Amino acid sequence: MKKLINDVDTVLHEGLDGFAAAHADLVALGDERMFVQRRTLKPGKVALISGGGSGHEPLHAGFVGHGMLDAACPGQVFTSPTPNQMLAAAQAVDGGAGVLFIVKNYSGDMMNFEMAAEMLDRENTTVIVNDDVAVENSTYTTGRRGVAGTLIVEKIVGAAAERGDRLAALKSLGDAVNSATASMGVALTSCTVPAAGKPTFQIGADEMEMGVGIHGEPGRRRVKLSSADDIAAELAGAILKDLSLKRGQEVILLVNGFGGTPLLELYVMVNAAHKVLGGAGVKVARHLTGSYVTSLEMAGCSITVSAVDAPTLALWDAPVHTPALRWGM
Amino acid sequence: MDLKRIIEAATQTLVEHVEELTALDSAIGDGDHGLNMKRGALAIQAKLAELAGKPFNDALKTMGMTCMSTVGGSSGPVFGTLLVTLGKELPAAPQAADLARGLAAGIAALSRLGKVEVGHKTLLDVLDPVQKVLASAESHGGDGLVARVRRCALDSAQATAQMDAIKGRASFLGERALGHVDPGSRSTALIIVAVCDTL
Repeated sequence: MKKLINDVDTVLHEGLDGFAAAHADLVALGDERMFVQRRTLKPGKVALISGGGSGHEPLHAGFVGHGMLDAACPGQVFTSPTPNQMLAAAQAVDGGAGVLFIVKNYSGDMMNFEMAAEMLDRENTTVIVNDDVAVENSTYTTGRRGVAGTLIVEKIVGAAAERGDRLAALKSLGDAVNSATASMGVALTSCTVPAAGKPTFQIGADEMEMGVGIHGEPGRRRVKLSSADDIAAELAGAILKDLSLKRGQEVILLVNGFGGTPLLELYVMVNAAHKVLGGAGVKVARHLTGSYVTSLEMAGCSITVSAVDAPTLALWDAPVHTPALRWGM
Repeated sequence: MDLKRIIEAATQTLVEHVEELTALDSAIGDGDHGLNMKRGALAIQAKLAELAGKPFNDALKTMGMTCMSTVGGSSGPVFGTLLVTLGKELPAAPQAADLARGLAAGIAALSRLGKVEVGHKTLLDVLDPVQKVLASAESHGGDGLVARVRRCALDSAQATAQMDAIKGRASFLGERALGHVDPGSRSTALIIVAVCDTL
Protein backbone atom coordinates (compact mmCIF):
# COMPACT_ATOMS: atom_id res chain seq x y z
CA MET A 1 0.00 0.00 0.00
CA LYS A 2 1.37 3.37 -1.05
CA LYS A 3 -0.56 6.28 0.44
CA LEU A 4 0.05 9.76 1.85
CA ILE A 5 -0.86 8.92 5.43
CA ASN A 6 0.60 9.00 8.93
CA ASP A 7 -1.35 6.15 10.48
CA VAL A 8 -4.25 4.10 9.13
CA ASP A 9 -6.16 4.71 12.37
CA THR A 10 -5.97 8.50 12.11
CA VAL A 11 -6.56 8.98 8.37
CA LEU A 12 -10.17 10.01 8.82
CA HIS A 13 -9.54 12.43 11.71
CA GLU A 14 -6.57 14.07 10.03
CA GLY A 15 -8.42 14.34 6.73
CA LEU A 16 -11.41 15.98 8.42
CA ASP A 17 -9.19 18.42 10.31
CA GLY A 18 -7.45 19.37 7.07
CA PHE A 19 -10.76 19.70 5.25
CA ALA A 20 -12.15 21.97 7.97
CA ALA A 21 -9.00 24.09 7.95
CA ALA A 22 -8.96 24.39 4.17
CA HIS A 23 -12.60 25.49 4.03
CA ALA A 24 -12.93 27.33 7.32
CA ASP A 25 -14.84 30.13 5.58
CA LEU A 26 -17.63 27.70 4.63
CA VAL A 27 -17.78 24.84 7.14
CA ALA A 28 -17.10 23.90 10.74
CA LEU A 29 -16.49 20.53 12.38
CA GLY A 30 -18.98 19.33 15.00
CA ASP A 31 -18.02 17.98 18.42
CA GLU A 32 -15.77 14.92 18.27
CA ARG A 33 -15.76 15.31 14.46
CA MET A 34 -19.21 13.71 14.36
CA PHE A 35 -20.36 15.95 11.52
CA VAL A 36 -19.42 18.81 9.21
CA GLN A 37 -21.83 21.75 9.24
CA ARG A 38 -22.30 25.05 7.46
CA ARG A 39 -20.42 27.90 9.04
CA THR A 40 -23.50 30.14 8.72
CA LEU A 41 -26.96 28.62 9.14
CA LYS A 42 -30.13 30.14 7.69
CA PRO A 43 -32.90 30.35 10.32
CA GLY A 44 -36.30 28.95 9.32
CA LYS A 45 -34.88 26.80 6.54
CA VAL A 46 -35.41 23.03 6.36
CA ALA A 47 -32.11 21.39 7.32
CA LEU A 48 -30.63 19.02 4.75
CA ILE A 49 -28.42 16.33 6.25
CA SER A 50 -26.62 13.61 4.37
CA GLY A 51 -23.74 11.34 5.19
CA GLY A 52 -22.19 8.01 4.49
CA GLY A 53 -18.91 6.21 4.50
CA SER A 54 -15.76 8.21 3.88
CA GLY A 55 -13.58 7.53 0.85
CA HIS A 56 -16.03 9.13 -1.62
CA GLU A 57 -14.67 12.67 -1.21
CA PRO A 58 -15.77 15.30 -1.97
CA LEU A 59 -19.15 13.55 -1.32
CA HIS A 60 -20.73 14.42 1.19
CA ALA A 61 -18.93 17.01 3.30
CA GLY A 62 -17.68 18.78 0.17
CA PHE A 63 -21.29 19.66 -0.61
CA VAL A 64 -22.02 21.40 2.71
CA GLY A 65 -22.70 25.07 2.17
CA HIS A 66 -25.05 27.61 0.59
CA GLY A 67 -27.48 25.95 -1.79
CA MET A 68 -26.74 22.36 -0.81
CA LEU A 69 -26.36 20.53 2.53
CA ASP A 70 -26.50 21.95 6.05
CA ALA A 71 -24.56 19.05 7.52
CA ALA A 72 -22.84 15.82 6.51
CA CYS A 73 -21.94 12.89 8.76
CA PRO A 74 -18.75 11.08 7.76
CA GLY A 75 -18.47 7.40 8.65
CA GLN A 76 -15.28 5.37 8.62
CA VAL A 77 -13.97 4.56 5.14
CA PHE A 78 -16.79 2.83 3.21
CA THR A 79 -18.79 2.43 6.43
CA SER A 80 -21.99 4.30 7.22
CA PRO A 81 -21.96 6.74 10.14
CA THR A 82 -23.61 5.87 13.46
CA PRO A 83 -27.05 7.15 14.58
CA ASN A 84 -25.60 9.44 17.26
CA GLN A 85 -23.74 11.36 14.51
CA MET A 86 -26.97 12.10 12.66
CA LEU A 87 -28.71 13.06 15.92
CA ALA A 88 -25.91 15.46 16.86
CA ALA A 89 -25.94 16.98 13.37
CA ALA A 90 -29.73 17.41 13.42
CA GLN A 91 -29.60 19.12 16.79
CA ALA A 92 -26.87 21.46 15.55
CA VAL A 93 -28.40 22.56 12.24
CA ASP A 94 -32.20 22.26 12.55
CA GLY A 95 -33.54 25.77 12.02
CA GLY A 96 -37.02 24.91 13.27
CA ALA A 97 -38.46 23.82 9.92
CA GLY A 98 -37.57 20.15 10.22
CA VAL A 99 -34.86 17.89 8.88
CA LEU A 100 -34.55 16.13 5.53
CA PHE A 101 -32.12 13.21 5.47
CA ILE A 102 -30.65 12.23 2.09
CA VAL A 103 -29.48 8.63 2.24
CA LYS A 104 -27.84 6.36 -0.32
CA ASN A 105 -29.56 2.98 -0.55
CA TYR A 106 -27.26 0.59 1.28
CA SER A 107 -28.34 -1.69 4.12
CA GLY A 108 -25.97 -0.11 6.63
CA ASP A 109 -26.79 3.49 5.73
CA MET A 110 -30.51 2.74 5.78
CA MET A 111 -30.40 1.09 9.20
CA ASN A 112 -28.27 3.78 10.87
CA PHE A 113 -30.28 6.66 9.39
CA GLU A 114 -33.57 4.91 10.25
CA MET A 115 -32.47 4.51 13.86
CA ALA A 116 -31.51 8.20 13.98
CA ALA A 117 -34.82 9.23 12.38
CA GLU A 118 -36.76 7.21 14.96
CA MET A 119 -34.83 8.70 17.88
CA LEU A 120 -34.96 12.30 16.60
CA ASP A 121 -37.64 14.33 18.39
CA ARG A 122 -38.02 16.80 15.52
CA GLU A 123 -40.04 16.67 12.34
CA ASN A 124 -38.01 14.72 9.78
CA THR A 125 -38.26 12.66 6.64
CA THR A 126 -35.87 10.87 4.31
CA VAL A 127 -35.11 10.81 0.59
CA ILE A 128 -33.49 7.55 -0.49
CA VAL A 129 -31.18 7.72 -3.52
CA ASN A 130 -30.95 4.56 -5.65
CA ASP A 131 -29.77 5.68 -9.09
CA ASP A 132 -27.41 2.82 -10.03
CA VAL A 133 -28.87 0.81 -12.90
CA ALA A 134 -25.94 -1.65 -13.05
CA VAL A 135 -27.63 -4.30 -10.99
CA GLU A 136 -31.24 -4.85 -11.95
CA ASN A 137 -33.95 -4.19 -9.45
CA SER A 138 -35.92 -7.21 -8.36
CA THR A 139 -38.14 -8.38 -5.55
CA TYR A 140 -35.20 -10.43 -4.29
CA THR A 141 -32.78 -7.57 -3.67
CA THR A 142 -32.63 -4.60 -1.38
CA GLY A 143 -32.85 -2.66 -4.62
CA ARG A 144 -30.45 -0.47 -6.50
CA ARG A 145 -27.41 1.24 -5.04
CA GLY A 146 -27.12 4.97 -4.48
CA VAL A 147 -24.15 6.42 -6.37
CA ALA A 148 -23.19 9.66 -8.20
CA GLY A 149 -26.81 10.72 -8.74
CA THR A 150 -26.75 11.63 -5.04
CA LEU A 151 -24.91 14.84 -6.00
CA ILE A 152 -27.73 15.85 -8.35
CA VAL A 153 -30.39 15.16 -5.69
CA GLU A 154 -28.41 17.15 -3.10
CA LYS A 155 -27.90 20.10 -5.47
CA ILE A 156 -31.49 20.40 -6.70
CA VAL A 157 -33.17 19.77 -3.33
CA GLY A 158 -30.58 22.02 -1.68
CA ALA A 159 -31.52 24.90 -3.98
CA ALA A 160 -35.21 24.38 -3.23
CA ALA A 161 -34.54 24.37 0.53
CA GLU A 162 -32.49 27.54 0.17
CA ARG A 163 -35.39 29.40 -1.47
CA GLY A 164 -37.67 28.34 1.40
CA ASP A 165 -39.52 25.21 0.25
CA ARG A 166 -41.08 23.25 3.11
CA LEU A 167 -40.21 19.72 4.22
CA ALA A 168 -43.03 17.86 2.42
CA ALA A 169 -42.32 19.66 -0.87
CA LEU A 170 -38.61 18.90 -0.58
CA LYS A 171 -39.31 15.23 0.06
CA SER A 172 -41.50 15.05 -3.10
CA LEU A 173 -38.91 16.92 -5.14
CA GLY A 174 -36.10 14.67 -3.92
CA ASP A 175 -38.04 11.51 -4.76
CA ALA A 176 -38.89 12.92 -8.20
CA VAL A 177 -35.28 13.86 -8.98
CA ASN A 178 -34.11 10.43 -7.83
CA SER A 179 -36.65 8.74 -10.12
CA ALA A 180 -35.49 10.85 -13.06
CA THR A 181 -31.80 10.08 -12.44
CA ALA A 182 -29.83 7.01 -13.46
CA SER A 183 -26.13 6.09 -13.28
CA MET A 184 -23.73 3.31 -14.13
CA GLY A 185 -19.99 2.96 -13.65
CA VAL A 186 -16.94 1.07 -14.75
CA ALA A 187 -13.68 0.37 -12.89
CA LEU A 188 -10.26 -0.14 -14.46
CA THR A 189 -8.37 -0.70 -11.19
CA SER A 190 -9.22 -1.51 -7.58
CA CYS A 191 -9.08 0.73 -4.54
CA THR A 192 -7.32 0.07 -1.24
CA VAL A 193 -9.07 0.82 2.05
CA PRO A 194 -6.27 2.23 4.25
CA ALA A 195 -7.06 0.04 7.25
CA ALA A 196 -7.30 -3.08 5.06
CA GLY A 197 -3.94 -2.35 3.42
CA LYS A 198 -4.68 -4.48 0.36
CA PRO A 199 -6.67 -3.85 -2.82
CA THR A 200 -10.37 -4.60 -2.38
CA PHE A 201 -10.39 -6.74 -5.52
CA GLN A 202 -7.97 -8.18 -8.05
CA ILE A 203 -8.33 -7.16 -11.66
CA GLY A 204 -6.16 -8.00 -14.64
CA ALA A 205 -4.18 -5.32 -16.48
CA ASP A 206 -6.46 -5.78 -19.52
CA GLU A 207 -9.76 -6.11 -17.64
CA MET A 208 -12.53 -3.82 -16.41
CA GLU A 209 -15.41 -4.30 -13.97
CA MET A 210 -18.59 -3.23 -15.74
CA GLY A 211 -21.25 -1.86 -13.41
CA VAL A 212 -18.90 -1.45 -10.44
CA GLY A 213 -20.19 0.15 -7.23
CA ILE A 214 -18.56 3.10 -5.48
CA HIS A 215 -16.87 0.85 -2.92
CA GLY A 216 -15.13 -1.28 -5.51
CA GLU A 217 -17.85 -3.88 -5.03
CA PRO A 218 -18.50 -6.05 -8.05
CA GLY A 219 -20.95 -5.06 -10.75
CA ARG A 220 -22.48 -6.90 -13.69
CA ARG A 221 -19.48 -8.67 -15.10
CA ARG A 222 -15.73 -8.69 -15.57
CA VAL A 223 -14.74 -8.14 -19.20
CA LYS A 224 -11.76 -7.20 -21.35
CA LEU A 225 -11.05 -3.48 -21.54
CA SER A 226 -12.71 -1.90 -24.58
CA SER A 227 -12.72 1.56 -26.18
CA ALA A 228 -14.18 4.66 -24.53
CA ASP A 229 -16.91 4.72 -27.20
CA ASP A 230 -17.89 1.12 -26.47
CA ILE A 231 -17.85 1.69 -22.70
CA ALA A 232 -19.95 4.85 -23.03
CA ALA A 233 -22.37 2.98 -25.29
CA GLU A 234 -22.90 0.29 -22.65
CA LEU A 235 -23.13 2.70 -19.68
CA ALA A 236 -25.32 5.32 -21.35
CA GLY A 237 -27.29 2.61 -23.14
CA ALA A 238 -28.26 0.97 -19.85
CA ILE A 239 -29.17 4.38 -18.42
CA LEU A 240 -31.34 5.36 -21.39
CA LYS A 241 -33.09 2.00 -21.27
CA ASP A 242 -33.85 2.55 -17.58
CA LEU A 243 -35.11 6.13 -17.93
CA SER A 244 -36.92 5.58 -21.27
CA LEU A 245 -36.61 9.23 -22.26
CA LYS A 246 -38.57 10.89 -25.06
CA ARG A 247 -36.70 12.45 -27.97
CA GLY A 248 -35.95 16.09 -27.20
CA GLN A 249 -35.84 15.48 -23.43
CA GLU A 250 -33.38 17.79 -21.67
CA VAL A 251 -30.90 16.20 -19.25
CA ILE A 252 -28.00 16.99 -16.97
CA LEU A 253 -24.97 14.85 -17.85
CA LEU A 254 -22.56 14.07 -15.01
CA VAL A 255 -19.39 12.24 -16.00
CA ASN A 256 -17.86 11.38 -12.66
CA GLY A 257 -14.33 10.15 -12.02
CA PHE A 258 -13.78 7.51 -9.33
CA GLY A 259 -10.54 9.06 -8.04
CA GLY A 260 -7.81 7.58 -10.21
CA THR A 261 -8.81 8.73 -13.67
CA PRO A 262 -7.45 11.96 -15.20
CA LEU A 263 -9.77 14.71 -16.36
CA LEU A 264 -8.57 14.25 -19.94
CA GLU A 265 -10.08 10.75 -19.99
CA LEU A 266 -13.27 12.00 -18.37
CA TYR A 267 -13.65 14.49 -21.23
CA VAL A 268 -13.10 11.66 -23.71
CA MET A 269 -16.01 9.94 -21.97
CA VAL A 270 -18.12 13.13 -22.14
CA ASN A 271 -17.49 13.24 -25.88
CA ALA A 272 -18.35 9.55 -26.18
CA ALA A 273 -21.51 9.94 -24.09
CA HIS A 274 -22.65 12.80 -26.35
CA LYS A 275 -22.66 10.47 -29.34
CA VAL A 276 -24.88 7.97 -27.52
CA LEU A 277 -27.25 10.57 -26.07
CA GLY A 278 -27.36 12.51 -29.33
CA GLY A 279 -28.21 9.32 -31.18
CA ALA A 280 -31.18 8.84 -28.87
CA GLY A 281 -32.33 12.42 -29.46
CA VAL A 282 -31.63 13.44 -25.87
CA LYS A 283 -30.47 17.02 -25.37
CA VAL A 284 -27.71 17.67 -22.84
CA ALA A 285 -28.76 20.94 -21.20
CA ARG A 286 -26.03 21.04 -18.52
CA HIS A 287 -22.74 19.26 -17.84
CA LEU A 288 -20.78 18.49 -14.75
CA THR A 289 -17.44 16.74 -15.27
CA GLY A 290 -14.95 15.79 -12.58
CA SER A 291 -14.28 13.48 -9.63
CA TYR A 292 -17.15 14.17 -7.23
CA VAL A 293 -18.30 10.77 -5.98
CA THR A 294 -15.13 8.75 -5.71
CA SER A 295 -13.98 5.36 -4.57
CA LEU A 296 -10.59 6.28 -3.06
CA GLU A 297 -7.94 5.84 -5.80
CA MET A 298 -9.99 3.58 -8.08
CA ALA A 299 -9.59 4.31 -11.79
CA GLY A 300 -12.77 4.45 -13.81
CA CYS A 301 -15.83 6.59 -14.08
CA SER A 302 -19.58 6.65 -13.95
CA ILE A 303 -22.09 8.31 -16.21
CA THR A 304 -25.18 9.87 -14.67
CA VAL A 305 -28.11 11.23 -16.65
CA SER A 306 -30.84 13.23 -14.94
CA ALA A 307 -33.97 14.24 -16.87
CA VAL A 308 -34.99 17.82 -16.09
CA ASP A 309 -37.81 20.25 -16.81
CA ALA A 310 -37.42 24.04 -16.74
CA PRO A 311 -38.13 24.50 -13.00
CA THR A 312 -35.71 21.71 -12.04
CA LEU A 313 -33.06 23.13 -14.35
CA ALA A 314 -33.49 26.52 -12.66
CA LEU A 315 -32.79 24.83 -9.30
CA TRP A 316 -29.67 23.21 -10.77
CA ASP A 317 -28.55 26.64 -12.01
CA ALA A 318 -29.30 28.36 -8.68
CA PRO A 319 -26.27 29.75 -6.81
CA VAL A 320 -24.22 27.25 -4.83
CA HIS A 321 -21.13 27.79 -2.71
CA THR A 322 -19.62 24.70 -1.11
CA PRO A 323 -16.05 23.39 -0.87
CA ALA A 324 -16.48 21.20 -3.97
CA LEU A 325 -19.18 22.90 -6.02
CA ARG A 326 -19.51 26.60 -6.65
CA TRP A 327 -21.29 28.71 -9.20
CA GLY A 328 -23.51 31.80 -9.42
CA MET A 329 -22.03 33.41 -6.30
CA MET B 1 -19.71 -18.50 34.12
CA ASP B 2 -16.93 -15.97 34.04
CA LEU B 3 -18.28 -12.85 32.34
CA LYS B 4 -14.87 -11.23 31.92
CA ARG B 5 -13.46 -14.32 30.17
CA ILE B 6 -16.50 -14.62 27.91
CA ILE B 7 -16.29 -10.99 26.77
CA GLU B 8 -12.54 -11.23 26.26
CA ALA B 9 -12.83 -14.41 24.20
CA ALA B 10 -15.78 -13.20 22.09
CA THR B 11 -14.07 -9.92 21.21
CA GLN B 12 -10.54 -11.26 20.81
CA THR B 13 -11.62 -13.82 18.20
CA LEU B 14 -12.96 -10.97 16.03
CA VAL B 15 -9.70 -9.06 16.36
CA GLU B 16 -7.73 -12.18 15.42
CA HIS B 17 -9.91 -13.01 12.40
CA VAL B 18 -10.03 -9.49 10.96
CA GLU B 19 -8.19 -10.50 7.77
CA GLU B 20 -10.39 -13.52 7.09
CA LEU B 21 -13.55 -11.45 7.61
CA THR B 22 -12.20 -8.68 5.37
CA ALA B 23 -11.44 -11.21 2.64
CA LEU B 24 -14.93 -12.74 2.88
CA ASP B 25 -16.58 -9.32 2.67
CA SER B 26 -14.32 -8.12 -0.15
CA ALA B 27 -15.47 -11.07 -2.24
CA ILE B 28 -19.16 -10.21 -2.07
CA GLY B 29 -19.53 -6.94 -0.17
CA ASP B 30 -17.58 -3.74 0.33
CA GLY B 31 -14.77 -5.12 2.45
CA ASP B 32 -15.50 -3.25 5.69
CA HIS B 33 -16.96 -6.04 7.83
CA GLY B 34 -13.73 -7.25 9.45
CA LEU B 35 -12.60 -3.75 10.39
CA ASN B 36 -16.05 -2.80 11.70
CA MET B 37 -16.21 -5.89 13.92
CA LYS B 38 -12.68 -5.22 15.13
CA ARG B 39 -13.54 -1.61 15.97
CA GLY B 40 -16.57 -2.74 17.97
CA ALA B 41 -14.57 -5.48 19.70
CA LEU B 42 -11.84 -3.06 20.74
CA ALA B 43 -14.42 -0.53 22.00
CA ILE B 44 -15.97 -3.26 24.15
CA GLN B 45 -12.55 -4.43 25.40
CA ALA B 46 -11.83 -0.84 26.45
CA LYS B 47 -14.84 -1.11 28.79
CA LEU B 48 -13.96 -4.59 30.05
CA ALA B 49 -13.39 -3.64 33.69
CA GLU B 50 -16.71 -1.79 33.85
CA LEU B 51 -18.57 -4.59 32.02
CA ALA B 52 -17.13 -7.38 34.20
CA GLY B 53 -18.63 -5.73 37.28
CA LYS B 54 -22.17 -5.69 35.86
CA PRO B 55 -24.87 -8.36 35.90
CA PHE B 56 -24.80 -10.44 32.67
CA ASN B 57 -27.91 -8.80 31.17
CA ASP B 58 -26.78 -5.24 31.90
CA ALA B 59 -23.36 -5.99 30.42
CA LEU B 60 -25.06 -7.18 27.21
CA LYS B 61 -27.07 -3.94 26.98
CA THR B 62 -23.95 -1.81 27.45
CA MET B 63 -22.09 -3.83 24.81
CA GLY B 64 -25.01 -3.35 22.41
CA MET B 65 -25.09 0.40 22.92
CA THR B 66 -21.31 0.48 22.40
CA CYS B 67 -21.73 -1.30 19.05
CA MET B 68 -24.43 1.10 17.90
CA SER B 69 -22.38 4.19 18.67
CA THR B 70 -18.95 3.06 17.45
CA VAL B 71 -19.29 0.49 14.67
CA GLY B 72 -21.40 1.97 11.87
CA GLY B 73 -22.13 0.06 8.67
CA SER B 74 -24.65 -2.76 8.92
CA SER B 75 -22.80 -4.43 11.76
CA GLY B 76 -23.35 -1.60 14.28
CA PRO B 77 -27.16 -1.64 14.21
CA VAL B 78 -27.34 -5.42 13.72
CA PHE B 79 -25.02 -6.60 16.52
CA GLY B 80 -26.10 -3.62 18.66
CA THR B 81 -29.77 -4.57 18.37
CA LEU B 82 -29.02 -8.26 19.00
CA LEU B 83 -27.03 -7.55 22.18
CA VAL B 84 -29.50 -4.97 23.53
CA THR B 85 -32.42 -7.35 22.89
CA LEU B 86 -30.61 -10.23 24.64
CA GLY B 87 -29.84 -7.89 27.53
CA LYS B 88 -33.51 -6.97 27.87
CA GLU B 89 -34.78 -10.57 27.60
CA LEU B 90 -32.30 -12.51 29.71
CA PRO B 91 -32.16 -12.83 33.50
CA ALA B 92 -28.92 -12.10 35.34
CA ALA B 93 -27.94 -15.81 35.35
CA PRO B 94 -29.46 -17.33 32.19
CA GLN B 95 -29.97 -21.07 31.57
CA ALA B 96 -30.30 -22.80 28.18
CA ALA B 97 -34.07 -22.21 28.07
CA ASP B 98 -33.56 -18.49 28.80
CA LEU B 99 -30.97 -18.27 26.05
CA ALA B 100 -33.33 -19.99 23.60
CA ARG B 101 -36.11 -17.52 24.44
CA GLY B 102 -33.75 -14.50 24.36
CA LEU B 103 -32.28 -15.54 21.05
CA ALA B 104 -35.75 -15.98 19.56
CA ALA B 105 -36.51 -12.38 20.58
CA GLY B 106 -33.18 -11.26 19.11
CA ILE B 107 -33.93 -13.01 15.81
CA ALA B 108 -37.34 -11.33 15.66
CA ALA B 109 -35.78 -7.91 16.34
CA LEU B 110 -33.16 -8.37 13.60
CA SER B 111 -35.81 -9.59 11.21
CA ARG B 112 -37.75 -6.34 11.76
CA LEU B 113 -34.65 -4.13 11.60
CA GLY B 114 -33.13 -5.54 8.43
CA LYS B 115 -36.38 -6.79 6.86
CA VAL B 116 -34.75 -10.20 6.54
CA GLU B 117 -35.82 -13.76 7.10
CA VAL B 118 -34.00 -17.03 7.69
CA GLY B 119 -32.58 -18.21 4.36
CA HIS B 120 -31.55 -14.74 3.16
CA LYS B 121 -27.84 -15.45 3.70
CA THR B 122 -27.43 -13.33 6.83
CA LEU B 123 -26.42 -14.00 10.43
CA LEU B 124 -29.99 -15.20 11.03
CA ASP B 125 -28.91 -18.36 9.23
CA VAL B 126 -26.57 -19.06 12.15
CA LEU B 127 -28.69 -17.65 14.97
CA ASP B 128 -31.83 -19.55 14.02
CA PRO B 129 -30.34 -23.09 13.97
CA VAL B 130 -28.41 -22.33 17.17
CA GLN B 131 -31.63 -21.14 18.79
CA LYS B 132 -33.30 -24.42 17.81
CA VAL B 133 -30.45 -26.45 19.37
CA LEU B 134 -30.81 -24.46 22.60
CA ALA B 135 -34.58 -24.85 22.56
CA SER B 136 -34.28 -28.62 22.09
CA ALA B 137 -32.20 -28.89 25.27
CA GLU B 138 -35.40 -28.99 27.35
CA SER B 139 -36.79 -32.08 25.61
CA HIS B 140 -33.49 -33.78 24.69
CA GLY B 141 -31.60 -32.91 27.84
CA GLY B 142 -28.52 -30.74 28.14
CA ASP B 143 -25.86 -33.42 27.58
CA GLY B 144 -23.18 -32.16 25.23
CA LEU B 145 -25.20 -29.01 24.62
CA VAL B 146 -22.18 -26.72 24.45
CA ALA B 147 -20.49 -28.95 21.87
CA ARG B 148 -23.69 -29.17 19.83
CA VAL B 149 -24.16 -25.39 19.81
CA ARG B 150 -20.53 -24.93 18.79
CA ARG B 151 -20.79 -27.41 15.91
CA CYS B 152 -24.13 -26.00 14.78
CA ALA B 153 -22.74 -22.45 14.61
CA LEU B 154 -19.73 -23.47 12.52
CA ASP B 155 -21.72 -25.69 10.14
CA SER B 156 -24.50 -23.15 9.70
CA ALA B 157 -22.06 -20.37 8.81
CA GLN B 158 -20.35 -22.65 6.27
CA ALA B 159 -23.74 -23.55 4.78
CA THR B 160 -24.43 -19.90 3.89
CA ALA B 161 -21.97 -20.34 1.00
CA GLN B 162 -24.66 -22.25 -0.87
CA MET B 163 -27.31 -19.56 -0.39
CA ASP B 164 -28.29 -16.76 -2.74
CA ALA B 165 -27.93 -13.41 -1.00
CA ILE B 166 -31.18 -11.52 -0.72
CA LYS B 167 -30.17 -8.68 1.63
CA GLY B 168 -27.11 -6.51 2.08
CA ARG B 169 -24.59 -5.53 -0.55
CA ALA B 170 -24.05 -9.15 -1.57
CA SER B 171 -27.64 -9.06 -2.80
CA PHE B 172 -26.60 -6.73 -5.60
CA LEU B 173 -24.53 -9.54 -7.05
CA GLY B 174 -27.10 -12.25 -7.56
CA GLU B 175 -25.42 -15.52 -8.48
CA ARG B 176 -21.94 -14.06 -8.10
CA ALA B 177 -22.41 -14.27 -4.32
CA LEU B 178 -22.86 -18.05 -4.55
CA GLY B 179 -20.00 -20.08 -3.11
CA HIS B 180 -18.98 -17.39 -0.62
CA VAL B 181 -19.64 -17.67 3.11
CA ASP B 182 -21.66 -14.71 4.44
CA PRO B 183 -19.23 -12.57 6.51
CA GLY B 184 -21.81 -11.70 9.20
CA SER B 185 -22.63 -15.40 9.61
CA ARG B 186 -18.95 -16.19 9.98
CA SER B 187 -18.49 -13.47 12.65
CA THR B 188 -21.51 -14.75 14.52
CA ALA B 189 -20.14 -18.29 14.46
CA LEU B 190 -16.74 -17.07 15.66
CA ILE B 191 -18.37 -15.31 18.62
CA ILE B 192 -20.48 -18.36 19.53
CA VAL B 193 -17.49 -20.71 19.27
CA ALA B 194 -15.36 -18.42 21.44
CA VAL B 195 -18.08 -18.23 24.10
CA CYS B 196 -18.58 -22.03 24.02
CA ASP B 197 -14.87 -22.56 24.49
CA THR B 198 -14.92 -20.62 27.77
CA LEU B 199 -17.74 -22.73 29.24
